[in-house]
Amino acid sequence: MKFLAKNDALCIGCGECEQVCSKTYFKESDREKSTIQINDKKITVCTQCGECIDVCSVGAISRDKNGIVRINKKLCVGCFMCVGFCPELAMMMHGDLLEPFKCIACGKCAKICPTQAIYISKES
Amino acid sequence: MDLKNDQAGHKFLKEYNYDLGDLDRGYTNRTLYINVGTHEIKEKPVTPLMKDKFIGGKGFGLYYLWQAVTEKTKWNDPENEIIISSGPVGGITQYPGSGKSLVVTLSPLTNMPIDSNAGGHFGPFLKFAGFDALELQGKADQDVIIVINGNKGTITIEEAPAGAVDTHILGEQLTEKYAENEEDKRNIAVISTGSAAEHTNIGLLNFTFYDVRRKGIRLKQAGRGGIGTVFRDKRIKAVVIKFAGVKGNQNHPADQLTLNKTGIKLHKEIHDLDNVQNKMRKIGTANIIEVMDKYDLLPTHNYKFGAHKNTFKISSEVFISKVTQNYPDGCWHGCSMACAKAADHFELKTGPYKGQKVTIDGPEYENAAGLGSNCGIFDPDAILELNFYCDTYGIDTISYATLTAFVMECYENGILNKERTGGLELNFGNIEANFELIHQMAKGVGFGKIAGMGIRKMKAYFEKEFGADPKFLFDIGMEQKGLEFSEYLPKESLAQQGGYGLTNKGPQHDEAWLIFMDMVNNQIPTFEDKAEALHYYPMFRTWFGLNGLCKLPWNDIAPANNKFTDEPAKIPEHVQNYVDIFNAVTGKTIDKHELIRQSERVYNFQRIFNIRMGYGKRVHDKLPYRAMGPVTVEEYLSRQERYDQQLAEFLGYDTTGKSAEEKIKVMREYRESQYEKLTDAVYKRRGWTMDGVPMVEKLREIEMDLPELIEVVKKHV
Repeated sequence: MKFLAKNDALCIGCGECEQVCSKTYFKESDREKSTIQINDKKITVCTQCGECIDVCSVGAISRDKNGIVRINKKLCVGCFMCVGFCPELAMMMHGDLLEPFKCIACGKCAKICPTQAIYISKES
Repeated sequence: MDLKNDQAGHKFLKEYNYDLGDLDRGYTNRTLYINVGTHEIKEKPVTPLMKDKFIGGKGFGLYYLWQAVTEKTKWNDPENEIIISSGPVGGITQYPGSGKSLVVTLSPLTNMPIDSNAGGHFGPFLKFAGFDALELQGKADQDVIIVINGNKGTITIEEAPAGAVDTHILGEQLTEKYAENEEDKRNIAVISTGSAAEHTNIGLLNFTFYDVRRKGIRLKQAGRGGIGTVFRDKRIKAVVIKFAGVKGNQNHPADQLTLNKTGIKLHKEIHDLDNVQNKMRKIGTANIIEVMDKYDLLPTHNYKFGAHKNTFKISSEVFISKVTQNYPDGCWHGCSMACAKAADHFELKTGPYKGQKVTIDGPEYENAAGLGSNCGIFDPDAILELNFYCDTYGIDTISYATLTAFVMECYENGILNKERTGGLELNFGNIEANFELIHQMAKGVGFGKIAGMGIRKMKAYFEKEFGADPKFLFDIGMEQKGLEFSEYLPKESLAQQGGYGLTNKGPQHDEAWLIFMDMVNNQIPTFEDKAEALHYYPMFRTWFGLNGLCKLPWNDIAPANNKFTDEPAKIPEHVQNYVDIFNAVTGKTIDKHELIRQSERVYNFQRIFNIRMGYGKRVHDKLPYRAMGPVTVEEYLSRQERYDQQLAEFLGYDTTGKSAEEKIKVMREYRESQYEKLTDAVYKRRGWTMDGVPMVEKLREIEMDLPELIEVVKKHV
């Protein structure tokens, strides 16, 4: 299963990952719109555990063939239960957006991370 | 089950087109009026007065009903209305419990306004379709179905196809019929009742929502007060609404971010704490069955006792094993409290659907306690099946359970016998007779037709036909204002006696539930404390009904630090959440005091409405003695030690050598006097006269001195 793995000990808190994420996802530079969050060199990001899939009562969250947990925005009704129930606190909400958003393990942040504190893992 | 639709032969009786309009800050600023007799359909503007004084939900329902009826109107007159409204906060998807529909009508049980709330998707869809409320008036001369398409802006009154009336079939058929495909079924919500609503006074309305995970309809009920009976009397078979495209900003709120943040805060609280608090996600309201038994509060054998040795057979753990879902369900989007439970593939053992495998919504606490212990039934499968039939036949489980318990006590006392019941041996615990009774109600035959009148009318009937002692019937018939009690034993809690008795609509637990505060935690020891609680809590809880909200997420979960707050019973953080989400939707700036004032306006309006209809005074707040103390020797002896001690402690009464009858008499005088003192204190706190009439000064103080209210009040002070 593919996911963005992390090693908090290597994080220097530069925030490069947050910038590239929000630019990739939303075409703007706003760390509040990053699916990865760095606070005091602690990395918060989705582990693709999938607990949110069963929490969603409208069936808007599912796992794709690569094991990535994805949100179907068309079906999502913006209740944010998945945000409150995420064990990693990695399902995100922003006031500009009607749906939650999350890491899909695209790997852009891993490529830019200067210390390899984050990296794409394919371990099960 | 046969889901084929009868497409042939049904015709449109009326078609109406409307502009979809805009939703702004929780209001569409428009309501929909439909007369099923004349086929008139019209739109009405929502006035500033309606929003300022009545807010929405049951406030709008009562407002319209007042205008529709006169003091002479009966429940089955064409001018009686059924009004359904959500409220300004209703339909938000972020905060748990925000999808309620409030239903108001003149009740066949109480002859005055009743309001009852239901989950399901109808209320929010109605608003998204463009209407803050729906008024249904008139009487059709044939069965009709009303269909509202909230995306196309069309309303039709259609000739109803013949066939199924019972909801578990009709609801599925209509969902199938009006959805374009499987994906579209989530956009359909249906209101209907069932066959027993036609033959009884305890009919309810079922509200469906489509469960996308189960691929089937689920049912929630506006249960209390016989609204389904009115619905069928109007010959409405169903109201179908369709709305596709629900999003999180459907209400066009003033402050979306606050809604999101407040909702997520509660979702997280429920995620972290529900499993160590009330386990609402796991078992729902049935979690308290054994707790009630432990505290001697579980109604047993028509409220004679508060516990039973067999309660373990219907404990929450037993029901958890019957509930087959793998994931918790809410009845509207975003309800992470998710108390809706279901038992799937349940094979029915009795009745017209015997052998069918069905999904049963429930059990909820009220069903388990009422259909179970109160009738002496400790068989969980029987409780589930009775629950199923109550729902699909369209009758209120609470009224059904309480009136059956009454009938059973009458049977055991010889007021009824086999001859009088047409062969039904209605002893406590007789499951077979209980099923026969409910199936008779659906067919409108036999003793089921008599029982279906409700306790109040049965009492008069038993006195007239069988010469039964009216005093004894008054003592043991657990109804007040014509409405059957819900399933808590109030005998040992004076505050809960007030919670049941000093109400607008009769003894339900929508207005106040103070048993734990009073009896278990002893937080309100004095009359003034109790009166304050019987002011604050009914007002606070009324507010949910103005806004399309559910009460459960208020205090069935509490923040981790709640016990360290100044008023833990109020859950101060959650009260602030409600202030925040109201302001976030409407753009207003209320605080927790104005919240109570909003309720006070509608609560006093409803009281005056009752007075206008010839009720709503002190005499109508009197309780049957079974609710207050031991009626019979059997009951006294079951708690002899406690009662003897109370007589000695409170009255200095020496019980030595006294018979149970003598002690019952002394106890009764004492307890009845306590209730009168409580009534005085509560009326004073609410700003009412000692006869229970809101005072003009009070109406001025809360800015509810409307001329039509003053006119009624002045006749009674």
